[in-house]
Amino acid sequence: MSTSNGEPLAVELRNVDKAFYGVKANDNVSFELARGEVHALLGENGAGKSTLCSILAGLYRPDAGEMWFEGKPALFKTPKDALAAGVGMVYQHFRLVSNLTVAENLALGHHDQGVRLDQKELARAAEELGERYDLAVDPTARIWQLSVGEQQRVEILKLLYRDAKILILDEPTAVLTPQEGQALFKTMRQLAGEGRSIIFVSHKLDEVKQVSDRVTVLRNGKTVGGVATKDADARELARMMVGRDLELPTRSASAPPGEVMFSVSDVRVLSDRGLEAVRGVSFEVRAGEIVGIAGVSGNGQRELAQGLVGLRRLTAGRVEIDGEDVTSDTVLERIDKGLAYVPQSRLGMGLAPGLTTEENLALKAFRRPPYSRGRTLVASAFRDEGARQIEQYDIRGVRPGLPIRLLSGGNLQKALLAREVELEPKVLILRSPTRGLDVGATEAVRNQILAEGVRGTAVLLISEDLDELMALADRLLVIYEGEIVGEMQTEEATSERLGLLMAGQRVEESA
Amino acid sequence: MNDSQLVLTLVAAIGLGTPLIFATVGEIITERSGILNLGVQGMMLIGAVSGFWATFTTGSLLLGVIVAVIAGAALSWLHAFTSVTLRVNQIVSGLALAIFGTGLASFLGRAGSNPLVGNPSRKVFEPLITGGIAEWPVVGPLIFGHDILVYLSIIVAGVASYYLFHTRMGLSLRAVGEDPASAESAGVNVSRVRYIHVMVGGALAGAGGAYFSLALTPTWQDDPIGAAGWIAIALVILASWRPWRAVFAAYLFGAAERVQFTLQTLGDPWSNIPSTLLAMLPFILAIIAMIVLTSGKRARLLGAPAALAIPYFREQR
Repeated sequence: MSTSNGEPLAVELRNVDKAFYGVKANDNVSFELARGEVHALLGENGAGKSTLCSILAGLYRPDAGEMWFEGKPALFKTPKDALAAGVGMVYQHFRLVSNLTVAENLALGHHDQGVRLDQKELARAAEELGERYDLAVDPTARIWQLSVGEQQRVEILKLLYRDAKILILDEPTAVLTPQEGQALFKTMRQLAGEGRSIIFVSHKLDEVKQVSDRVTVLRNGKTVGGVATKDADARELARMMVGRDLELPTRSASAPPGEVMFSVSDVRVLSDRGLEAVRGVSFEVRAGEIVGIAGVSGNGQRELAQGLVGLRRLTAGRVEIDGEDVTSDTVLERIDKGLAYVPQSRLGMGLAPGLTTEENLALKAFRRPPYSRGRTLVASAFRDEGARQIEQYDIRGVRPGLPIRLLSGGNLQKALLAREVELEPKVLILRSPTRGLDVGATEAVRNQILAEGVRGTAVLLISEDLDELMALADRLLVIYEGEIVGEMQTEEATSERLGLLMAGQRVEESA
Repeated sequence: MNDSQLVLTLVAAIGLGTPLIFATVGEIITERSGILNLGVQGMMLIGAVSGFWATFTTGSLLLGVIVAVIAGAALSWLHAFTSVTLRVNQIVSGLALAIFGTGLASFLGRAGSNPLVGNPSRKVFEPLITGGIAEWPVVGPLIFGHDILVYLSIIVAGVASYYLFHTRMGLSLRAVGEDPASAESAGVNVSRVRYIHVMVGGALAGAGGAYFSLALTPTWQDDPIGAAGWIAIALVILASWRPWRAVFAAYLFGAAERVQFTLQTLGDPWSNIPSTLLAMLPFILAIIAMIVLTSGKRARLLGAPAALAIPYFREQR
């Protein structure tokens, strides 16, 4: 196999199948990658992009299909084979050993340089690479001490240290500020200019348009098409990606805000490591208002949310719901006073994976009628209420008696949100509610959140997805290293302005 | 001067600590790969009986140690198979190994028409140097008066420490114990690393066991090692997964075991302390060390491998 100019393709996949537990993640997928190009893999969450990349990187073995590498048939059995051939991947969830140093992570698994581990020599090599590609990080730092953006640089350095010819970047911009994203794109173009090939996985059209040479679109595990980026029309790409024209719901003109329903003043919370993760956060949310908190992941969002709902002790500060002080209340007391919470990890914290859907739907309300009569539970109420909510909130794939963990991510989130809004809360706190959902489920979840705003709930939306925040929130706050560093009406917000704040650069409000 | 109780106690502490060094360093290496092997007691006993048997049959101490090392490694292979390949709960598998090894060692000691039990060893590890510098006051018995395995145990700890922190293999080992998924995507063969280091741990436990039956109490009896295998597991934590610290931790426990004899020779009022109470001392020390060091989030800060005892599935989604 070769391109028109006679040079062999860097990689070619033909008719690849891969299924997980009977669900086809890749269905007859074909893909071509030329040398020296940035090739975007575009598709929705769950379209099979990550699976395809994992096959290329040797992590998964395809059930069927062929793979050609530099003109020769090849199939990588392990990531080690792939790396040896020059194919490396930066996973969405970084594969760095957090207790080791940057230099040690670079050296890991690289055995053809003798037995001894020369820390100094390693550090020097890391620094040199970092300078050449604008990826500077302190080689002696331990991974857990680095920011997410720096960790990503280490991941790329790891591949360059092994002189990888093909770099697969799985949604690299998802964890970056817009500015960090631009710096990454510059590095990507530099690497492509050296003759390396880059697979850039994304579901963001503007990024794909900006950085890639060619685009391959995946949908439902199948390749829908491939085009040169300069010939591609954004609308057309979007249609290929989603399979239909679709406008995600956004908020309409904001209703006049009501009374202050949720008030947070000077809240401080410690992280698992005992460091202050939330450093004096104050804000108010009014009834019917949706307030968004933007920020790069790991800037105290998790601790803030857990502190507000009572899962983590506040070291200082005050939280009020509808004028009532709940600072020292337990989780249950806060729920009874009208606080609802949709955590980021649906199965880990939000739902009880082994219980049925009906039981999960009742998990917060089961102490009250109709679920309870005195101290006994009413089985029929679980069944009837469950059936009603499954119908009303369009939760699909439920089979009676089976655990909820068998549902898809979108349906899990619909169930979780249903349970929370059924409580008719005064305050609803959500963390990254549409993360990892397909478009249909995203639409449903967004509509539900907007409906809560209309109903008069004070909604606090903590998210890393700027598009989502700008589409739903009336007002935006930006969190950086545990502090609120900026506040604006959504109309005044641009992704550039938010990005600067998210990166910790304070901008004067008047500027 | 060399007969003073202090010197005698310290010398004995080194002797009693030596098998603990082998077993503890072995378990540190095993746990650094992310596998918890609670079967140390079983592996030590199998090492003790097989080493004793080999020396008893051939008259060679070297062969005794070699056989003990192989036997310990062979038994630990079972644990590697259940916990790496079958991904069984490692605590259950390790405890089963301890019980199995204890029973098997006892059985082997009594089996056959001419059982080992009650027999003294044909050869015993003797001090390398007698007379000369070994007679020097204090430092003589303390530093020069030991058998070769005492020195070997310290070398083992040193080599293990260098291996862990200054070689590429050691880096792979630490990475596998911290984060096997990341290690694997960096090209490390997680299963192989785990198998190898579980078996290295078993081999060292076997050597520790042989030190009991060929040096400390060189007559075969059913239970020649006391609870050394369990103490070694506690020592891993006390040593915070670092081989050098294991040497000192082991000597500390050696001293704690010896104290009951020392106190009895000191006369009133010390000899009035019931010896059964003093026999508890190492265990009380172990419990206190575990509680103090592993409470709260300290275990992680100490250096406990983050993936310890967690089975690794490769294609998990």
